[in-house]
Amino acid sequence: MAKSTRNRPASTRESNARQTNRPPQIVQTVEQSVQQLNGRSSGLQNVGNPERAISIAAGAILAALGLRRRDATGVFIAGVGSALAFRGITGHCSLYQALGANTCPCDADRDDGVEVSASFLINKPAEVLYSFWRHFENLPKFMSHLESVSELDRGRSHWVANAPAIYGGKVEWDAEITADEPNKLIRWRSLPGADIEHRGSIQFTKALGDRGTNVRVEMEYRPPAGKLGQWIAKLFHEEPKQQIHDDLRRFKRLMEAGDILTIVGQPRGTCTGHGVRES
Amino acid sequence: MKALTWCAPYKVSVEEVPQPKILNQRDAIIRVTSTCICGSDLHLVDGFIPFMKPGDILGHEPMGIVEELGPGVDQSKIRVGDRVVVPFMISCGECFFCRRQLYSCCDNTNPKSSIGEAMHGQATAGVFGYSHLTGGYAGGQAEFLRVPFADFNLQKMPQEFTDEQLVFLTDIYPTGYMAAWQCDIKPDDTVAIWGCGPVGQFTIRSAALLGAGQIIAIDDEQKVPERMQMARDGGAITIDMHDEYVYDRLMDLTGGIGPDACIDAVGMEAHGYTAIESLYDKVKTNLFMETERPHAFRQAAMCCRKGGTLSVPGVYGGFADKIPLGAIMNKGLTIKTGQTHVHRFVPELLEHVKQGRIDPSFVVTHRLPLSEAPRAYDMFRAKEDGCIKVVLDPAA
Repeated sequence: MAKSTRNRPASTRESNARQTNRPPQIVQTVEQSVQQLNGRSSGLQNVGNPERAISIAAGAILAALGLRRRDATGVFIAGVGSALAFRGITGHCSLYQALGANTCPCDADRDDGVEVSASFLINKPAEVLYSFWRHFENLPKFMSHLESVSELDRGRSHWVANAPAIYGGKVEWDAEITADEPNKLIRWRSLPGADIEHRGSIQFTKALGDRGTNVRVEMEYRPPAGKLGQWIAKLFHEEPKQQIHDDLRRFKRLMEAGDILTIVGQPRGTCTGHGVRES
Repeated sequence: MKALTWCAPYKVSVEEVPQPKILNQRDAIIRVTSTCICGSDLHLVDGFIPFMKPGDILGHEPMGIVEELGPGVDQSKIRVGDRVVVPFMISCGECFFCRRQLYSCCDNTNPKSSIGEAMHGQATAGVFGYSHLTGGYAGGQAEFLRVPFADFNLQKMPQEFTDEQLVFLTDIYPTGYMAAWQCDIKPDDTVAIWGCGPVGQFTIRSAALLGAGQIIAIDDEQKVPERMQMARDGGAITIDMHDEYVYDRLMDLTGGIGPDACIDAVGMEAHGYTAIESLYDKVKTNLFMETERPHAFRQAAMCCRKGGTLSVPGVYGGFADKIPLGAIMNKGLTIKTGQTHVHRFVPELLEHVKQGRIDPSFVVTHRLPLSEAPRAYDMFRAKEDGCIKVVLDPAA
């Protein structure tokens, strides 16, 4: 099993252009992503770009001067210079973080989407898994945030996801299949005009020996610009990474055992003398 | 229906709860005729496994009669009215692990796998009445029980034996058996078993069934003379850890090389062998810096012969300190452990019963109504009244 979540830069059409002005995105943990989405300080950029340029230049000059002195004071100066340069290159200042300061305007245009992936070994042949998944209307049987998927025509489908408290409780989009290699791969993406941009793929690879099929799912969701903070927590019931992992586990269970066991509805006590049903 | 629920550390109660119903296609509902209290229930009740919620129904050693089947159950395998034993682990029969007969490692029956993944890296199968770490399933100390994947999990039993002769196939008889079986016992082997509780008793008899040359059982003659006597009745030489030096006695009995197989049938709530070691673990567990008191395991590792096997049927939940890894590595020991793959052993162990090689009811000391279960827990924990194994009767 493996899974990863990354914050992706910029959802909008000009994203590529803007991306080139940015430092390389650092792979984050989900916890960091969620903190960032919630607007809390993260371990990432908190120094504005003009200030970073000054920081790098000043740091480099100090380091050079320090190294030329060839004495203890020089080492100290060079150290300070290196730290400044490092701060400029990474865009992250620990002192700012400690003080709660932030000179980066990045928050205003932070409309990153969420990309998650998960993989599972499923003890069934690829043909069985592919044909179940290829009928997208099956997906809500194991994907907890999907309410329905209906197939339209020409590889297009209509998706409805539960999203309590936004967009009247639901988000909807039309999607099209962009790649379809039987028993190997399916890719799909939302069509323009969707409530959210969504793209996904599933790959089926034969596992070693008689172990079945390795299944890897990647999904990406991008809300309209600026909406992510409110949106993300409401679409997913838990952390996105955990949720996709759990969804794929449910897929595995449905395929291998034919059912997904639940305890909802079983009896339980209350320690008051009268029990209830598990909810 | 009546059911035994956990309310707080050291506190259980019998409550009136709703009847179970079919929740998945291949579920069955069992009317429980006999259900037991297990030593591992004490770990849960005493708060050593931190995933209990007030109101959880306990119990994972039930047998009974099939009352109702879900629409997906394969009726060529199981029918309404069948007399069945319910293995404590719930397995799907189809996953990677079940195909390899590692049924307690089943991937598809624990609805709360993410807890196990966080705690242990990967989750075990679901277990009845055994905390939310193993799925949060309602347990079998109740009048009725819902059993998932019934056509795979339920084990049909013949009519000619009593409940007491069959009910331990749910857990402790296969658990004791697997503990000995995984030591790959040879006829000239000495097997030493720490703990003369119910699992230890079945381990002693299983080691004998598997042809061990010499069986040694270790416990406290002062506290549990009746268990020591039962061990001797089963063919074991006993060592009294209260009055004897366990290591010295084991060396005496094995010509100085140590036992070939050492089995820890005690687990996480062991009582210590030296005052300092006891105090150390007590302080650490009370401060939540350690979750186990692994005295028995430590001593077993020190006593085991070079190249021998350490087998651990005793239950551990989290993290333990001062494990003598140096002894384990330098002596080349093999560690075998695991929750029991019950389904794998049931046919073979039932055959031993049918052939009269073992009568599992030997371990029963008390049969009580389910309504008296809270008192039975206290008695079992305190080992009062010679209590070794309690069978509860939900109908009484």
